[in-house]
Amino acid sequence: MKSATPTEPVNENGAEPRKKRGVPEGLWIRCDGCGATIYKKMVEERMGICPEPGCNHHFYVPARRRIEQLLDTDSFEEWYPNITSRDPLGFADRKPYPARVKDEQAKTGLTDACIVGRGYLRGRPLICGITDSAFIMGSMGSVVGEKLTRAIEEATRLHLPLVIVSGSGGGARMHEGILSLMQMGKVCAALARYHESKGLFVSVLTNPTMGGVAASFASLGDVVIAEPKALVGFAGPRVVQATVKQELPEGFQTSEFLLAHGFVDRIVARQDLRTEIARVIDYCVR
Amino acid sequence: MPPQYRLPFEKPLVVLEDRLAEFERVPDPDFSLRDQIRTTRLELKKLRREVFEKLDPWEIVQVARHPDRPHSSDYLELVFDEFVELHGDRSFGDDPAVITGFAKLEERRVMFIGQQKGHNLKDREKTQNGSPHPEGYRKALVRMQMAEKFKLPIVCFIDTQGAYPGIGAEERGQAYQIALNIREMSQVDTPIICIVIGEGGSGGALAIGIGDHIAMLQYTYYSVISPEGCAGILWKDRKYADKAARALKFTSADLLRFGVIDEIIPEPLGAAHRDHRSTAMYLKGALQRILKDVTAIPKAELLNRRYEKFRRIGVFEEVGA
Ligand SMILES: [Zn+2]
Repeated sequence: MKSATPTEPVNENGAEPRKKRGVPEGLWIRCDGCGATIYKKMVEERMGICPEPGCNHHFYVPARRRIEQLLDTDSFEEWYPNITSRDPLGFADRKPYPARVKDEQAKTGLTDACIVGRGYLRGRPLICGITDSAFIMGSMGSVVGEKLTRAIEEATRLHLPLVIVSGSGGGARMHEGILSLMQMGKVCAALARYHESKGLFVSVLTNPTMGGVAASFASLGDVVIAEPKALVGFAGPRVVQATVKQELPEGFQTSEFLLAHGFVDRIVARQDLRTEIARVIDYCVR
Repeated sequence: MPPQYRLPFEKPLVVLEDRLAEFERVPDPDFSLRDQIRTTRLELKKLRREVFEKLDPWEIVQVARHPDRPHSSDYLELVFDEFVELHGDRSFGDDPAVITGFAKLEERRVMFIGQQKGHNLKDREKTQNGSPHPEGYRKALVRMQMAEKFKLPIVCFIDTQGAYPGIGAEERGQAYQIALNIREMSQVDTPIICIVIGEGGSGGALAIGIGDHIAMLQYTYYSVISPEGCAGILWKDRKYADKAARALKFTSADLLRFGVIDEIIPEPLGAAHRDHRSTAMYLKGALQRILKDVTAIPKAELLNRRYEKFRRIGVFEEVGA
C-alpha cells in the first residue's frame, strides 16, 4: 500500500506512517483499523473515528478541523499566520524545497506544518498549537519552531494554559538542516521558562508523533495525553528493525506501549479530549 | 605513525607516508638517506595540504568517523590532568556511550560529559559505536545538575551518529530523555561549553548540546539526520549518502556561516587521526580560552544569553509584521 504522492516518504526517521494519512477523495473510505469500507461522511460526523462497532480507529484530522473539534465554536484567534519558510540550504531532492513548500501549501491550505493561537475550551482561555502531519510529514523547521516558541512565550506572559496537539512523522525537517534541529533547542528553552513560571502544558500526541518532535516539546507536557493506537517514538520502527534485526514486539511504539512504559499519562479517545483537557485545567489552574 | 585505517582519498598520502616510514626504519649511520627523507617530508606536507583543503562534505564525514580519530577517552588522557569518573544515572544502568565525571584542566575544575565510541571492536560494540541509550543521557543530566550545585563549569564532548534506535531505548523513553535534557540544559545555572569532536548526530547530539559556547573541530559534522538516513528517504538508497552530505550543509564551515556555532577549532594538517597530540594541544588551548570567557559572563546574564543564543536561530519570512 505505497502512496504515490511525492511527499509521502519525507520522514526523518524512515517511519512509514502506520495508517494512510488523510481522508481520500470520494464518498467511501477504507478503514485501516477494521478493514471495512465506510461512508466518509459518517467518519467525519464522528470526528474522524471509525463508526464500525468496536473499531475505534482514529483517522487523520487536519489542523483546522482539529481546532473546531477541540475549541469552543469560533473562539480561536490565529496568531502569526504570515510566517513562511525560506530556503537557507538551497535544498532540493526530487524538487526544490520552495516548490515543495508551495505544493504542500496548496494541498493542505496551511502556510506550514503548524498553526498557533488563542482560544477557549469550554470557556477556559488557553494557548493552542497544532502540528499537521499532512504538511511535509508535520516536520518542524524554522517556521514551526518560531510559531511554537512565540506561542509558548505568550502563554508564559499571559499566564495561560498551553495545549499542543502533535502530529508529526517527520520530526525535525531535514530540508532546513541544522536550523531545524536547533528549533528543538529553541522550543524547549521556551518551555523551560514556561515550566518555571508554573504554566500548565498539556501535550496531546496523535498519530504519528516521532523523531525530533517527540524528542522535544511533545514529550514535555505536565500531562501527556495520547489518542488510541497512535505511533509515538524516537526512531522510526523500520530504523529500529534494521538496527536490532529482530521482530519488534506487538504494539511497539503505540500509545498503549508508551502508557505501559510510563511516558504517557492517559489514552483518550478523540471525542473525550475536550472533557479531559478541561478537567486537567481545572485541577491545575486557578 | 600512519593511521591503520585508510580512507579512499588518502591513498596518495599513504604511499608517501609508507615510504617515509620505510626510510626512517632503515639504519642509516652515514645519513645517506637524509636528503630523500627531507624531500619526502616536504612532498607529503604539500600533498596533505592539497588533499585536505578540498575535502567534500562526504569525505569530511569519513574523517569525522575515522576509527583512529581521538575519542573522549583519548582527550581525557591528552587534554585533562585528572579525571574522576562518576558512573551512575540513578535510574537504570551505566551506559558506556557516555562518560561523565570531575576533570581538571591545569588548575581549573570542570564537570566532563563526553560521548564515547571506543577504539577496538569490543568497546565499539559495548557503546554501540557511541550511540547512547536513555540512561546515558540521564547520566549526563544528573552530572549537569550536580555541576550546577557545586558551581563547576560543564564541558560536553559530542561524538555520536545518533541516539541508539533500539527496542530497550524506546521502552525506556529515548524521546522523553532527550527532550528533558534539552529543556533542562537551557536552565542549568553554570557555564556550559559544547564541542563536537567527531559526529554530531541529530537529537542524540543536541541532548548534550545546549550551552553558552558551541564549537566544532574542523573535520566534523553536525546534522539533523545522518547522510545515509537522508539518502534513504530522499533517493530511496543509502548509497547516495555523498549527495545527501552535500545537500545537508553540515560541515563546521556551514554551521559557522549559519551562526549555529561560535567557532571552529582547527585540526593539524592531515586531520586529527594522524596526530592525536597536536589535536589535543589545539583543543586544550581553545578550551582554556573558552573557559576563561564563559566563566567571565556575569552570573545574572548567563541564562538570558543562552536563551537568546538559541532563540534567534531560524530562517523565515514574515510579511506584514
Ligand atoms: Zn474501522
